[in-house]
Parts: sequence; C-alpha cells; structure tokens
Amino acid sequence: MRTLLSVLLIGVPATLILSLVGVSQGMSEDAQQRNRSIGADIVVRAGNAQNVVGFSASSLPEGYVKALEQQPHVKLAVGVIVHNIDFPLTMTGVDLSQFNRLTGGFTYLEGGPLRGAYDVLLDQPYAQQHKLHVGDTWLQLNQKWHVAGIIAPGKLAKVAVPKATLQELDAATKMLTTIFVKVDDPAHTTQIAEQLQKTFPNLKVQTMDDYVSITFNPNNIESVRVFTRVVIGIGVVIAFAVVCLTMYMAVLQRTREIGILKSLGGSKTLILRIMLTEAAALGLAGTAFGIGLSFGARWAISTFAPASFPMIIVPLWWPRVLAITLAASLVGALYPGLTAASHDPIEALAYE
Amino acid sequence: MNSAPIIEIRDLRKTYLVGKVQVPALRGVDLAVERGEFLSIVGPSGSGKSTLFHIIGGLTPPTSGQVRVADQDLSALSDAGRTRMRQRTVGFVFQKFNLLPNLTAGDNIEVARYIGGGNHKGDPHFAEILRLLGIAHRLGHKPSALSGGEQQRIAIARALVNQPAILLADEPTGNLDTENSKAVLEILRSLNERTGQTILMITHNPEAAAYGHRIIHMRDGRVVPELAVRRGDAENTETTERKT
Repeated sequence: MRTLLSVLLIGVPATLILSLVGVSQGMSEDAQQRNRSIGADIVVRAGNAQNVVGFSASSLPEGYVKALEQQPHVKLAVGVIVHNIDFPLTMTGVDLSQFNRLTGGFTYLEGGPLRGAYDVLLDQPYAQQHKLHVGDTWLQLNQKWHVAGIIAPGKLAKVAVPKATLQELDAATKMLTTIFVKVDDPAHTTQIAEQLQKTFPNLKVQTMDDYVSITFNPNNIESVRVFTRVVIGIGVVIAFAVVCLTMYMAVLQRTREIGILKSLGGSKTLILRIMLTEAAALGLAGTAFGIGLSFGARWAISTFAPASFPMIIVPLWWPRVLAITLAASLVGALYPGLTAASHDPIEALAYE
Repeated sequence: MNSAPIIEIRDLRKTYLVGKVQVPALRGVDLAVERGEFLSIVGPSGSGKSTLFHIIGGLTPPTSGQVRVADQDLSALSDAGRTRMRQRTVGFVFQKFNLLPNLTAGDNIEVARYIGGGNHKGDPHFAEILRLLGIAHRLGHKPSALSGGEQQRIAIARALVNQPAILLADEPTGNLDTENSKAVLEILRSLNERTGQTILMITHNPEAAAYGHRIIHMRDGRVVPELAVRRGDAENTETTERKT
C-alpha cells in the first residue's frame, strides 16, 4: 500500500511536467499548422512586433498591403488584425474576400460566411467547447456576436470576425497586426523576403518557415520556459519529499530486517544499495504511472477544452522526466539509506 | 591441521553506555573453545551471554581484552572487518528465527549465500546439511507458511550456507515446543558430529544444554568456572545449580 501510494505521488509531478510540455508543444504545433495552411510564403509585421503574435499590437498601417503588392514577385498580400480574447485564444479580423483569394476559403461545417458587421465564424473545437451553434449569440468584447458559421479547424483562426469591425473595436482603424504575402515563385521565397526587408527596413519580414518556427516555438517564449522550469522544480521537490518520506518509513518498518542482513554480513554499502535500488524502482514505476496519467490528462483536456489547449503526447520528454524523477528519488533516498546503513545490528535485531 | 582453539578469549570486558551511565555487561571473561566443540552457555538473564555472543559474532566490538576467533583478532578489526567476518566466519541462529518475511525459505538462504560471496549451489557439503535438516521440500515457501520448527531449520541452513567456522545459536529452541526443540537440538548435535561444525549455544534449558560437549555458566558478566561441566556430567549440572 505504501509503495502504491508512493508510485502515485511520484507519478503526479511526472504527469504535471508531461502535461505542461504536451500543452505548450501542442499549442505550438497547432498554431504552426494553422499558419502554414493558409498558403502564404512570407509574413510581414511591424518592426517592433514581439515573437508571440497575441502580444503584438496592431501597429502596422494598412497601406503596406498595397505597397507590398506592388513589389516584384509579390502575387498577393492580405492583412489581418489579431486581438486577444480568452488566453491563449485570439480573435482574428479578416477581409473574407481577400482571405479567400489567399487560402481558398474556410470549410464550413455549419452555416456560411461572414455577412454582417458582428458576424463571427468559430472553428469546430471552439464551438464544441463553448456549446455554440449557428444562429447563437456569443458575447465577446462587450458585443453580441452572431454565430454565422462553424468552420473546420486548422486554417489560421479559431475565431474569425470582419476586419473592419475588429479594427474599430480595437481603436485601430486602418491598422493591422500581420500581412501574409504570397509570392509568384515559392522556390525563391528567402531571396524575395530579403529583398522586401531591404525595401521596408521598418518592418519585420520573415519567410513563413522562419515565422512559425521562431514565433511558435515554446522554447523561444521566456514565460513558457520559466513556467516549465518552475513546474519541473516543483516536480523534483515533490518526488524528493515523497521518496524521502517513503524510504524513511521503509527504514523504520524494516529495522529488524536490516539487522538480519547485517548479522549475515551485509555491509553498509549493501544496505545503502538496497535502499537506492528500491528508490530507483519507485522512481521508475512513478514515471511509468505518470506517463500513463498524461494520456488521461490529454483525454480530459481534449474533452473539456479542445480549443484552448490542444495537448499532445511528447515521448521525447519521457526519458527526461525519468531522469528528473530518478534523480529526485535517489537524492530523497540518500538520507534514509544512510540512516539504515548505520543502524547498530544488535539494536536493529532487538527492534519489535 | 591447526590445533589451537578456534575461540580464545582473555579478560574480555564490554561496557555499554546507557545515557550517561556506564553499564558493564562483561567483566573479564576467559574462555577457550576447541575446533569441532559443541559448547552450551547457560546463565540467568543479564549474565552477559548474549553480549559474549555478539562480540564473538562480530556484531559489536569489545571494550577491552583479547578475542581471537578463527585466527582473527577481533579487538583489532574495524567495523568493515567485522562485517567481513560475519560473512564467512560465523553463522547466527536466533530465538526468533529472524527470517526475512517477504522472501521464500530458499531465497532467505540464497541472500546469505549472496552476501557471503558464495557461489556453490551444487555444494555437496550444503546438500548434506539440507538433507540432514529435512527441509529441501519446503524451500519454496515463505516463513509465514512454515512451522516454528521448520523456520528454525531454515535459519540453521541459512547460517551454514557459507560454511562458517562457528555456528552461534542464541536460544534456538526458545520459541519451540518440546517436540520441535528436540528435533532442532538433535540436528545441531548431528551437524556437530557428522561435519565437525563448531557450535556455541546459549540456552536457559538444562536439557538443551546437555546436548553440548561442555556447559559453561555465566553470571554477572563472568564465566563461573566451578560450574563448568562436560557431557556425561549433565545430571550433575542440575545438582550443581541447585546448590548455588
């Protein structure tokens, strides 16, 4: 029973770490996939734009769309405005006719395109998470939005509204967050992007590949990095404390057995080795349990918040979590192990 | 062939510190035990029998005096040295059997073999001991599934698996009924006679003590020389004890 509880308690922080990593990487992959799927080759943002799109201001004048379209090799330029709603979700203001030219348009699962100023399109996971259907009213940004359509997920936005409406609500008339550019020769995207950067030195011009890999890489987001480290730290402390307590209890319970081993000639090293081996086994079992539990966490998240946190399983982190848990377990077992090893055999044999 | 005593003890003293109080457990013990001897040690509680055992068995160091066991000077041995001595030189049999409860009888024996560094599963000597103990068919059972007598026989097998020079049995029949006590004592005697195993046995029971070649009495941390008897004089033991 004690062992089972220990495995459970060690497994919980392992799950926490794996879930956090799974959520951050899931969100990253989801965002990358949604941006890649729109068919643009180059992304242009304001020169002071931050790596995290949601944190970037709408400070890119709309006039740049035309200016960009006049550049050699630029086939099409489409601007969007992005506004944070429910972290980590954003609302994207699009000009549907331009957007359709770039992407081929959304796939409508229910309803149809944006018609009114306060029409909204929701992707299917978001609509499911918030139990919204076509015709429903949705409250956001102090406005009543009319759900005009439910779209298939995976294309740029989870929540799309008319660009002009969002610009007005954001007090950012004629301003954009991002301009997506399609070129006539995708094989020379890098050279075209470099040329655009030279032409517009005040803007940040990136190829789509650079944009998604830099902007949506959780390792490039300081807050995510710090948060991950904090959770790992908490996991280490919990695993250390659990193993320390468990092994201390084990030493108390097995005092007589330790005495027996010593009477048989068991050395201090042997006793310590036994304790550390047991701790390592606990760490191993706890990690395995934690990995199993992370699948449960993914199920729960995808069931209850499919749009907000698209969690994935990251097997690459399993050995890392195992190393973290094992290290914490072994350090946790060290003091009880040394206590056991230094037991006086006569006192230990007399222990009832 | 070494004819020197396997155990030679001179003026052995052991004092325990209980809190700030020094409690003498042994106050100058002199004793010699020959190879192949079966020695019974009797005496009231607190007479120092167990302390003497613990020192001979290397579980605790002497405070002063000379203790030579199987040609090793115990007073000069470090903790690690005494640990090594327990692995191969002595084997313990306890009143409460002291088997590891989560292991089978066979694994209890194998643990001792592993600790002793032994690797002689097909050892004919040990096979003879197992046959003598009559427990070969019970090795797959855990201690909880064995009777007291069987547990003690497993404990004896465990103590002998590394062919120690000396077997130390501390009240080996203390937790057994008369029938099992007799069986265990017969086994000890048989082991001694057939394999020449040196045995030291602590007991409160004069009948059990009579199984030894020699009986020594301890009182107040000393051996009482005038009460020492040899086998054949066992009847005198009770008479002598009554006189004291």
